Amino acid sequence: MINNNLNSISSTSSTKLFFSNFSRKKLGVICAILVATIYLVGIFAPFLAPYDYSDTNLLKTQAGPDFENILGTDRLGRDILSRVIWGIQTTVIVTITGLLTGSLILGLFLGLLAGYYRGIFDFIVMRTGELVSSFPDILLIILLASTLRPRITNIFYSIEDNLNISGLVSSGIIDYLVIGIALLPLSWFGTMRLIRAQVFSIRNIDYVQSARTSGASTFRIVTRHVLPNVLAPLLVTATFGLGAVALSEVILSFFGLGVQPPRPSLGAMLADVSGRGGSSVSVLKSHPEQLLSPIIIIWIMIFCWNIIGDALIDILNPRKN
Amino acid sequence: MLNYILRRIFWIPILLLLVSLIVFFLGVYGPGDPVEVQLGNNYDEQSANRIREKMGLNDPFFIQWVHYISNAVTGDFGESYVFKNRSVSELLLPKLIVSAKLNIISFLIALIIGIPMGFYAAINYGSPKDPLVVIFALIFYAMPVFFTAPFLILIFALQLDLVPVSGWGGIFDKRIILPALTVGVGGAAVFVRLIRSSMIEVLDTDYIKLARAKGVSENMVLWKHAFRNALLPVVTIMGFSLAGLFGGSLIVEILFGIPGIGRISLDSVYSRDYPVIMAIVLIGSSALVIANLIIDFIYTLIDPRIDME
Repeated sequence: MINNNLNSISSTSSTKLFFSNFSRKKLGVICAILVATIYLVGIFAPFLAPYDYSDTNLLKTQAGPDFENILGTDRLGRDILSRVIWGIQTTVIVTITGLLTGSLILGLFLGLLAGYYRGIFDFIVMRTGELVSSFPDILLIILLASTLRPRITNIFYSIEDNLNISGLVSSGIIDYLVIGIALLPLSWFGTMRLIRAQVFSIRNIDYVQSARTSGASTFRIVTRHVLPNVLAPLLVTATFGLGAVALSEVILSFFGLGVQPPRPSLGAMLADVSGRGGSSVSVLKSHPEQLLSPIIIIWIMIFCWNIIGDALIDILNPRKN
Repeated sequence: MLNYILRRIFWIPILLLLVSLIVFFLGVYGPGDPVEVQLGNNYDEQSANRIREKMGLNDPFFIQWVHYISNAVTGDFGESYVFKNRSVSELLLPKLIVSAKLNIISFLIALIIGIPMGFYAAINYGSPKDPLVVIFALIFYAMPVFFTAPFLILIFALQLDLVPVSGWGGIFDKRIILPALTVGVGGAAVFVRLIRSSMIEVLDTDYIKLARAKGVSENMVLWKHAFRNALLPVVTIMGFSLAGLFGGSLIVEILFGIPGIGRISLDSVYSRDYPVIMAIVLIGSSALVIANLIIDFIYTLIDPRIDME
């Protein structure tokens, strides 16, 4: 009982302390607001986008900004603003699912297990991680995405046929699945190693030892004593991870291996303008401004996640306080 | 110590075998049929089967893999599916050289810009100059290559007409300037952050305080005592850059039309030219693993405080 009260007191005050410390990091706050805005735009894309992402108007292609199309139109007469907003939604979905599956669930889970049980389990997880990280990273992602797509598409078509439903393939879920699975092998190892090291250092501290001798179950020790101690580093890696996942999606879609047209993605928009082959610079030459809006969004996201991560390191590292 | 080295060296071939097994699996069970590609419109069951038999594609998976590995060890990565009658090694060697040249120049640019800026930020730690440099570096660090490349092309190639848009002509050709800058600027940002934090850490140590206390001139302290020690972490990054030397910068090579390893790896992924993909992945992984080992050894040599265990 007393223990519980103490716990709740310390946790509220530390949350308060956290926010008051964070609010002192001016750049961090600005970045947090910017990122939050971008994510909200992505989540509410259906309500915010003035047009559908695939609405074409062939009478008005490559047009400059005006009242109808605030950011102008692309080579098929699609509204660029709408495509950017829908593209942000893609990024939001991919980053959040990527973070949840890869870094958080897989990384955290394996890290806790390897750190707590050690031995053969730790050995297998660590060697697997070393194996995965010895691949050239972008190449592995591209290779996986291109190999997986036909298989996954086939699976979905057979599901549609067998269950007599439609719309599954056209909903774009295949794209998200392909990107998610392609990013998975590389995303968990960093988090896992970090959590494992934390657990190593915690598991022999007196209070964990005494919890164990007083008969607490492993599950209770892990959730009550170990997990709260790894939350801070987890938060930091997650922040850096979000920027990395966003960029990976852009790269995959840029190469035409991620989100497929006509579904919008910031990466695909870049490829439309700057050309995948290096030879087609005609759009870049005549309408360079079309590059601007997707690039700025990507840039802000990567920049801001890094700034927020740096701010978190400063705040959460007790030595620096 | 010796035990540790042996263990590490023993682990490398196992690691590479596993890497090759995974890529080989993707190649065999991935979509696309090499025989179909090779025959094109002349495809018929009989000749397809004959070719399959000849290429050993009817053998069990494991036999195929062992066969591939035993050839790969001697440098024979088989023949490309797409470029007929050309061996993979013959195809890849010139591309490796192109990528290596581009990466060396980019690395030099990154060093020349990055180290002085990081040094400058660190000695101004506490003054407003330091965060300014840090934010400046972070802006470039976060700047996607997708932006840097078209931006540079737009200004220097399309507007000012100083250099051609794309192409390749070796180190002493002006077409290398833009791609090397694109890669180099991003790398420089990494060096700024690295050198800065390691310099700040070193400047806070007791031996620097002692040097200052006994009246060593500030220049001597900075250059002789601090800077040399602050360079240690650069070794790590240098090692990884060396490993990446033959890796090719995928995006940059595509955007600037450079015939390097990045370009051909993407092309072979598109055309499902698995022998080429497998060779590229194997070469890349080997470079990474071996570079990692070398970094660790160099590290212990230059910093005796690190214990091998």
